[in-house]
Amino acid sequence: MKTLKVDIRKKCGSFQLVSKFETSADRFALLGASGSGKSMTLKCIAGIEKPDEGFIAIGDRVLFDSKRHINVPARKRRVGYLFQNYALFPNMTAFANINMICRDPSRTESLLNMFDIHNCRDLRPSKMSGGQCQRLALARVIASDPEVILLDEPFSALDNYMHTIIEREIMDLLSGFDGPSVLVSHDRNEVFRMCDTIGVMDNGSLIDIQDKEGFFDHPATLVAARLTGCKNITRLTEDGFATDWGIKLGLSPSDLKEGYKYAGYRAHFFEVAGEEQKGKENVFEVQVERVIEDTFSNAICFRQKGNDVKSQDSLLTYITGKDTDADDVKFLKIDPSRLMLLRR
Amino acid sequence: MDLSPLWITFKISIAATAIVFVTGLLLAWGVTYTRKGRAVIDAVLSLPLVLPPTVMGFLILIFIGSNSSLGKFLDSFGIKLVFTWQGAAIAAAVVSFPVMYRGIRGALEQVDTEVINAARTLGLGEFLILTKIMIPMAAPGIIASVVLSFARCLGEFGATLMVAGNIPGKTRTMSVAVYTAMQSSDRSLALKWVLLIISYSLLILVIMNLLPAIRRRRA
Repeated sequence: MKTLKVDIRKKCGSFQLVSKFETSADRFALLGASGSGKSMTLKCIAGIEKPDEGFIAIGDRVLFDSKRHINVPARKRRVGYLFQNYALFPNMTAFANINMICRDPSRTESLLNMFDIHNCRDLRPSKMSGGQCQRLALARVIASDPEVILLDEPFSALDNYMHTIIEREIMDLLSGFDGPSVLVSHDRNEVFRMCDTIGVMDNGSLIDIQDKEGFFDHPATLVAARLTGCKNITRLTEDGFATDWGIKLGLSPSDLKEGYKYAGYRAHFFEVAGEEQKGKENVFEVQVERVIEDTFSNAICFRQKGNDVKSQDSLLTYITGKDTDADDVKFLKIDPSRLMLLRR
Repeated sequence: MDLSPLWITFKISIAATAIVFVTGLLLAWGVTYTRKGRAVIDAVLSLPLVLPPTVMGFLILIFIGSNSSLGKFLDSFGIKLVFTWQGAAIAAAVVSFPVMYRGIRGALEQVDTEVINAARTLGLGEFLILTKIMIPMAAPGIIASVVLSFARCLGEFGATLMVAGNIPGKTRTMSVAVYTAMQSSDRSLALKWVLLIISYSLLILVIMNLLPAIRRRRA
């Protein structure tokens, strides 16, 4: 199995892109907020952008090496790039879009069938639906016989329903694809469903790489915790006091010794506690600020009664079933084993 | 009325437009790749747009005149450019070049760079990308540039007069014919040419304005 090796640096306007990772058969994801350098990393791999320095290789084939002045042009890299807005050739029919690449009409016909777009054979992209365009873009990538497939926010232009369908199709396709793939996304759920290994990008730097289970259960950094969707995060003092939340956390002496800077807690892990727990470690005396009704759940926003820290993080979120009455929630308890402790 | 200036003008303009289409397209394509020095290259290529026709005529004569090395080289094959319709075509080409070049460059720059990048990652070469993707996608802008430079050639006067002179039936174009008629106080002949020039110029511009609508109806 071929390995994609990336170790690049590039100055891009206000930030420095520093991206280093290796991936082989597994599906790799770059997760990060918009403007964090995810797409720039993909563009460097594909040869659309040139890194200032570094090294990119697929197996033994070096695509870029600043030390040896190697910079293989994009068309010879065999890196399939699925663009966010599909980037189909608008002046050509679906058939011509594929045949332009593989120059083999019988293969083109079979790709049209394989991606279930044979009914659009003679249509131009402007007459096709979003899902059909996405499939055509995929078929075109496959027609170019890539060794690596890069997916740049592939679902951002699709509605919820098509998203689910195309996501499944891409999963099927990638499981049959004999090479590494890199997905760029800001959607933690999408990344969790589709990938095995996750790298977090923040302000141009790839800061944390983990397998997905570890990543969601034990994110290592504040940025990673936020990207996993953790709603409740607090600063932590040396003796285990949650500065933003205004309560003391029951941390073990060994945890305290580690010198964690932040703690996070998922909004649906709170347990309702009784009056007798008042004032104990890990227990909030709830002062409800507002209740936000969601489709299948309610989010109760609360703060510790009497907490005068008025930061964004002093307001916590408790996600619960639609039948819970916020007035009944007087005390909430944290399960310390589910706390996410973060070094930076 | 001797209609030869009409035919001569169109012959010169068609030849000049053909030359300028090929050179303008290739240079505009080349410039889209340049980063450093682009402002200077672009300025040099656009210079004929702002220089007086006499300056252009002077420069053309320096390059292709019978005393220039190119002129002498062509002379050894019996080819003369000065005082011929071919010379007039070169003058018209030089003067209308910026119109074509700037128009096509603008049209090529409008092509979605993502589509071009996609084509590259899919393994297509640059020339194939130009002919199969960029030119078809930029077609409306390219057609408009061709029409506009053709119209510019039809109206060329100064540089043509200096390079090709005013030989009746050979290099006398319509705009030169108006000048000659006025010089010999033949106002009615001048007026006929003027009306003819205004009508076809108007026709060309109206057709150009209608082109997008025609394309839309076809699509």
